[in-house]
Amino acid sequence: MSSQILQLILGLLSLPAVALVIILPGELAIRRFPQKTQSSIRPWIWLSPVLALVGLVIAYPLVASIVYSFRDATGSNWVGFRNFVWAFGTAMRPVLFNNVLWIVVFPLLTAVLALTAAIMLDRVKYERVARTFLILPTAMSFVAGAVIWKMMYTYEPPMQPQTGTLNAIWTAVTGNMPIAWLIDRNVNNYALIFVAVWMSIGVATLILSAGVKNIPRELVEAAKIDGAGEWAVFRFVTLPSLWPTILVVLTTQAIFSLKVFDIVYVMTNGSFGTDVIANKMYSELFVKQNLGTASAIAILLLILASPVIFMNIKQIRSEGGE
Amino acid sequence: MSAIESRRATLVSVRPTSKLASRLKRIALHGAVLLLCVVWFTPVLSLFVTTFRSESDSSQTGWWHAFVEWRPVLSNYVEAMYLTGVGRSVVNSIVLTVPTVLGTVLFSAIGAFALARMRFRGRIALFLAMVGFQVLPPQLVLVPMLKFFLAVGLTGTFIPVWVIEMGLTVPFGIFLLYGFFSSIPSDLVEAARIDGASEPRIFFQIILPLSGAVLASLAILQFMIAWNHLLIPLIFLGSGSLSPLTVQVASLAQTNAGGLNTLTAATFISVIVPLVLIVSLQKYFVRGVLGGAVKG
Repeated sequence: MSSQILQLILGLLSLPAVALVIILPGELAIRRFPQKTQSSIRPWIWLSPVLALVGLVIAYPLVASIVYSFRDATGSNWVGFRNFVWAFGTAMRPVLFNNVLWIVVFPLLTAVLALTAAIMLDRVKYERVARTFLILPTAMSFVAGAVIWKMMYTYEPPMQPQTGTLNAIWTAVTGNMPIAWLIDRNVNNYALIFVAVWMSIGVATLILSAGVKNIPRELVEAAKIDGAGEWAVFRFVTLPSLWPTILVVLTTQAIFSLKVFDIVYVMTNGSFGTDVIANKMYSELFVKQNLGTASAIAILLLILASPVIFMNIKQIRSEGGE
Repeated sequence: MSAIESRRATLVSVRPTSKLASRLKRIALHGAVLLLCVVWFTPVLSLFVTTFRSESDSSQTGWWHAFVEWRPVLSNYVEAMYLTGVGRSVVNSIVLTVPTVLGTVLFSAIGAFALARMRFRGRIALFLAMVGFQVLPPQLVLVPMLKFFLAVGLTGTFIPVWVIEMGLTVPFGIFLLYGFFSSIPSDLVEAARIDGASEPRIFFQIILPLSGAVLASLAILQFMIAWNHLLIPLIFLGSGSLSPLTVQVASLAQTNAGGLNTLTAATFISVIVPLVLIVSLQKYFVRGVLGGAVKG
């Protein structure tokens, strides 16, 4: 325990020290230079901590992962495209298919529910209180969410009392057979996806609520005077005005779907046909100790994420031009 | 004249039904909002209630039975804290999170200060790189970082986790702070400069004090991220004596050691800090989320 406390103190002192170790002496050093030289050196002195950190944690791994993805399990010999052939082979196909399911279902379901919530909450006076209920799951870890929903999905054989909330409701209301939510291959992936939806609605609703409040009142009033009903107002005013915001929500959730790990790791650990790319990578890295295939999966993730990366950059760029 | 009269007549006759319709609409709206809140809160409630139920109760009846027959026990918390190592994990989570938050805020602020308040070649390119890095899958860093920290002999300490968590969030942090730092009036900075204030002085005595709210937003977001992450600490700290709460709870859930009720108590201990933070500091959380997300 005392070693932990020691590390805490070390961290609290050393991280700020590392941040300032170049800046403060650097500022003193350039003080003698003429003003012009100062202002051309200064930015790089101030950028050095961030460049070192991002260089180590992001830029270097980006390059190194590409190199490792063309090497063998120990990272010592070149193997050409063998790891990528494996990554698109039969072993990975069901895993990739599951991620496709995540990428399609999770963002859409989250966006539709969050948009509904945002529009409804905008019209009630207790918006803040209701919003807090939606945000609560967001504050928790995906591990905690997975534990909670493992309980919610608990399955007992037919005729036994159902202790899981969902099966209790399902069997009580309709007299149906209980469903093995996490084992039944027809529903288990959707059951996992819903946990992510439950945890992500809060932030998505926050973002869309801000968008709803930005729609000019006059626009809605004008449409109503022209005789537009609720649906027409939604279809021709709300939806087009919100579209950029909806796109932000959709792309954020699509990226999340690519790298989803915690929920699957805790709830099924990839069994019963629920494996996803990130879990496969974890098992390649730790169970099979294969740096090559693990890196190939990482590069695959990068390629799949790159359209969103470029879209975001383009978006910010066009805003900067205005 | 008669047209107006007849129009008024229809208006009067229409009113009662439309009033009824709009009242029904209001009721449906409140009902739907209420339903949403109940559905979203029930799982949290089920966790909380189960932490106070005994193992034998839970194996026979659902958690809602506690409302029929309330027989609370505290043994689950005692067991979680002392027998399953959750007490130690609370300390580990703090050791992991607090330096990460401090470092993230400081590095992001320094980087955003340079990008927003200084002019140099490559400024825009660097800013756009930060925008792109924000959505990079963290899986990309695992293999190279593991090799690196093994080579420098720092695995088995918190250092790799601090550094990686900081590196993954700092691009977002810079993006979040950049907008605010750019909006600080130049007159303020120029006046200080004329008075002979050095650049570090301007940063620490003008920029940072003015940015309290946005720095708090970044801090609370990074607290949630670092406290709740599983993958990075799982790989760099393992499930031994250094494991934070997420890793500990995940391994309890996977091995089923200690039983369901102890697991729920451990889970509740792991979420209580972020839950209190998000309710009490919601304003800063919302600002951080919106500042980082809404483009356009």
